[in-house]
Amino acid sequence: MNTATALKSEVTWQTLCSRADLVASSGVAAWLASADTQVALLYLPGQTPEVYAVDNHDPFSNANVIARGIVGDIKGEPVIASPIYKQHFRLADGVCVEDENVRLRTWEVKIEGDDVMIRA
Amino acid sequence: MSKQQLVIIGNGMVGHHLIEQLVALGAHRQYAITVFGEERHLAYDRVHLSEYFSGRDADSLALSNADYYAEHGIELRLHEAVTVIDRNAAEVVTDHNRYPYDRLVLATGSYPFVPPIPGNEREKCLVYRTLDDLDAIRDAAADANTGVVVGGGLLGLEAANALRGLDLDTAVVEFAPRLMPMQVDVEGGALLREKIEALGVQVLTGRATQRIEDGETSFHRMVFQDDKVLETDLIVFSAGIRPRDQLARDCALEIGERGGIVIDDHCLTSDPAILAVGEVALWQESIFGLVAPGYQMAKAAAATLTEGDVTFSGADMSTKLKLLGVDVGAIGDAHGERTPGARTFRYLDEIKQEYRKLVVSSDAKKLLGAMLVGDNASYDTLMQYYANGLELPEDPASLILPSSDGAPTLGPDALPETATICSCHNVTKGDICTTLDAGALDLASVKGETKASTGCGGCAALLKSVVDHELEARGVEVDQSLCEHFAHTRQELYSIVRVEGIKTFSELIEKHGTSSGHGLDSSSAPKLGSSSAPGLGCDICKPAVASILAACFNEPITDAAHVPLQDTNDTFMANMQKNGTYSVVPRIPGGEVTPEKLIVLGEVGKKYGLYTKITGGQRVDLFGAQLHQLPDIWGELIEAGFETGHAYGKATRTVKSCVGSTWCRYGVQDSVGMAIYLEERYKGLRSPHKLKFAVSGCTRECAEAQSKDVGVIATENGWNLYVCGNGGMRPRHGELFATDLDDTQLIRTIDRFLMFYIRTADRLQRTSVWRENLEGGLDYLKNVVLDDSLGLGDELEAQMQHVIDTYECEWANTLSDPEKLKRFRTFVNDDSPDPDIIVTEERGQLRPA
Ligand code: SRM
Ligand SMILES: Cc1cc2nc3c(=O)[nH]c(=O)nc-3n(C[C@H](O)[C@H](O)[C@H](O)COP(=O)(O)OP(=O)(O)OC[C@H]3O[C@@H](n4cnc5c(N)ncnc54)[C@H](O)[C@@H]3O)c2cc1C
Ligand code: SF4
Ligand code: FES
Repeated sequence: MNTATALKSEVTWQTLCSRADLVASSGVAAWLASADTQVALLYLPGQTPEVYAVDNHDPFSNANVIARGIVGDIKGEPVIASPIYKQHFRLADGVCVEDENVRLRTWEVKIEGDDVMIRA
Repeated sequence: MSKQQLVIIGNGMVGHHLIEQLVALGAHRQYAITVFGEERHLAYDRVHLSEYFSGRDADSLALSNADYYAEHGIELRLHEAVTVIDRNAAEVVTDHNRYPYDRLVLATGSYPFVPPIPGNEREKCLVYRTLDDLDAIRDAAADANTGVVVGGGLLGLEAANALRGLDLDTAVVEFAPRLMPMQVDVEGGALLREKIEALGVQVLTGRATQRIEDGETSFHRMVFQDDKVLETDLIVFSAGIRPRDQLARDCALEIGERGGIVIDDHCLTSDPAILAVGEVALWQESIFGLVAPGYQMAKAAAATLTEGDVTFSGADMSTKLKLLGVDVGAIGDAHGERTPGARTFRYLDEIKQEYRKLVVSSDAKKLLGAMLVGDNASYDTLMQYYANGLELPEDPASLILPSSDGAPTLGPDALPETATICSCHNVTKGDICTTLDAGALDLASVKGETKASTGCGGCAALLKSVVDHELEARGVEVDQSLCEHFAHTRQELYSIVRVEGIKTFSELIEKHGTSSGHGLDSSSAPKLGSSSAPGLGCDICKPAVASILAACFNEPITDAAHVPLQDTNDTFMANMQKNGTYSVVPRIPGGEVTPEKLIVLGEVGKKYGLYTKITGGQRVDLFGAQLHQLPDIWGELIEAGFETGHAYGKATRTVKSCVGSTWCRYGVQDSVGMAIYLEERYKGLRSPHKLKFAVSGCTRECAEAQSKDVGVIATENGWNLYVCGNGGMRPRHGELFATDLDDTQLIRTIDRFLMFYIRTADRLQRTSVWRENLEGGLDYLKNVVLDDSLGLGDELEAQMQHVIDTYECEWANTLSDPEKLKRFRTFVNDDSPDPDIIVTEERGQLRPA
């Protein structure tokens, strides 16, 4: 991201998609225009928080596939497994369980009514 | 004080074990140790020598490495034989030098005896003892078609197996009237012979070879006492072993009448400066041709050299072997010759080809010996009765008679603390308990601490049961959990799902999951009585449970309850490629495709710019489709009559076929028709791992059926069925399961076989690996599937019928459901494709840049 965009866009809550676009206990990808990037939205109905947003880009395979992994937990911490080489990333902070030096970016997200909102 | 010089001659199994014992006692600080080995190799596992022909190399057979010797300051001189022992000067002599000793140990083992037959020195007359011998055999076998082993004892049969493995037509020539005369009696020998002949090894007993000369059709001709002849390209002598006692003879140590260096209980020879251990040593008139007694001598010798008080007091010569795949066991006085008044029980089953014999004391209270041919299942139990002098059950025959609930086995708890579990390393049940009490928590650490089961390996099963039992007694769970979310094996989860009729993952984890207890918040009210919410599952248990649910109920995997469980390939019903695009593989049953359909494949590939390739499974793969394109592509394919090919699933993949009798001049059945029938029948079946089939129209086997999970080969009278083959990483030939089946029998057998596999295999276990881990082996599988020994036949067939009846093309199902189609969007909030997928052209097609 170049400085121009960084200056231009102030960080605010914005609507990304609707609740109906999400898939329970799994992920979908959304285009985050303001940051010119793609995010994976993971939806865990009944849990708190019930939605997470992390990079859709998988740093190990360089493919945009994180949303298509399996959501689960390791010792109670929610994670997503990359569908390509199966590394696990913690949803809370994006850190890779197998290699703590690698992490996905994370965003604050929430659901208000039917809107899925992201702070970006 | 300068160190004393300790010289060890021979770096074989026992010589090396002696060094380990000395190091364990710290004796390498007291002595300057020098070891001479005549062979080029550092001590290796001679017991498993034959595995050199089945894939193991010298490195993996090595018992140690040069670093170990260097680390402990031991001088290892390999490829340097001692030629003379000069007792006056207290020196050993080699071709290089003279070396002084204060103490000397002979661990020179034995050599294979070659009978004095004229012609025995001819080229391609070999022996079977060292790695170099095996290299020589392999070289000689390269341009040979036939091989003969002279000697039908233990090692002879092992050598015969090796020759067979080198693709030679093999014969065994034994001088005695039966095979393995030392271990088995007349009945046992006859049975063993039958079994071995059934493997295609020719057995000639009561044959004395008179001379070996040039052959007419082969390299050698062997002439027997009655002038009968046998032609062969290669001869291996395995007519017994003789102690390598020449060095000792030359320096006038006391030698037994029939050879062997005489030792006492401390392993001392007639010269107290010199010890002998292993196969070269003669103790109370006996030579011990096994490794376990040698190890016990090594222990005693190490004690002698360090003023310890362990002595050698004889050893048990019981053996349990699998020779050419045939179980043979001999315990104690198996012939009943050594104790007056001994009585025998015998059981002979000529159909199953099993023979068991017990030798008991005259009052039938103690086991003196036993003999087993064809089935070693009762060996461990009998061995414990024998070794520990346990009182036999009321009716000792129950130990060898087949009974509906199997022989009464002696549980590990029935064994006294003094019971020897591993005779190679002399480990008792008490030793194992001590290790566990000192903190060992699993089998691996017990093995590491005690070395149990790291010798001949014969005690592995017993050791495991003792360790498991003792751990349980100490309240340690033996962990067989699928993952952190379920404390069950896949098989257990399978039964739970079936018995309780659980149809979703969430219900299963709620009822049977381990509660993670790590504070996964749940906003719904916690269930009564559960202190914390169950976890979410993970990428191990979710797909495993998805597969179980599919095999039991066959609901569409794309249903909302199931879709989050699937690996990405199943979720999107296509195989993900390295750049995040997918491949599309429609089903082409049996590889038969009409030109019209082939044209459609071409048109779809062209329209969507898909890289197109013929697969190894006789169908066509279209690569490079983006997520949002998949429904359109499949719409067109289904329109043209295609169905999903499950190339993405742990499910039935393809049934490969050859052209068969419809076109081929050799074909005896319609292999294409059968392949299509099988593929239509089992398509969509989900299983622990992928399933591959093939059908060949005759024995030429153009469809490679013997490398498949299920292989069918046509015969004049029907079909031969092979099971549990595998290509891939570790190829395994399928095993012949049933012959000359008609169509109905074939289908019924495959139905049962597959469902039994689905029930009992581990997750991601191909049929080949499952089969190798299946207790009871192929015979057990045959009993279950062909003879219905568990009475499961009808249930397995009904279950298969359910899967077949509920089959639905997953892609067709998805295309008809707008909710499911929503899943196939690259972005939920934008119609553009993934901007990072960039392709380039190669050989006229697109590929990832
Ligand atoms: C496409 C194909 C190669 C080809 O261009 O010919 C192929 C491609 C793949 N094979 Fe294969 N295998 C293909 C035939 C085979 C064969 C040959 C056969 O079936 O006759 C074998 C050996 C036979 C066997 O399985 O016993 C084979 C043994 C494997 C293995 C090793 C399995 C094993 O038990 O050792 C894997 C890895 C695995 O399954 O864990 C594998 C895995 C794969 C995967 C799924 C790897 C992956 O995860 O991405 C590849 C995906 C292809 C894709 O994206 O569409 N593939 N693979 C073949 C598809 C056949 C079909 O029409 O469905
Ligand atoms: C194919 C095969 C299968 C077997 N299977 C089993 C089994 O299942 N169970 C079992 O208990 N036993 C089995 N045995 C027997 C077992 O291997 C022996 O009992 C064991 O190896 C004996 O050990 P050792 O050290 O006495 O002799 P070896 O292992 O033979 O070692 C003696 C070493 O001394 C060297 N040497 C001899 N003379 C000199 C010299 N002058 N200078 C320097 N070096 C010298 C030799 O080259 C040799 O390397 C099998 C043997 C073979 C060949
Ligand atoms: S397996 Fe037999 S029938 Fe089939 S193509 Fe080969 S030769 Fe012909
Ligand atoms: S008995 Fe040989 S390894 Fe245990």
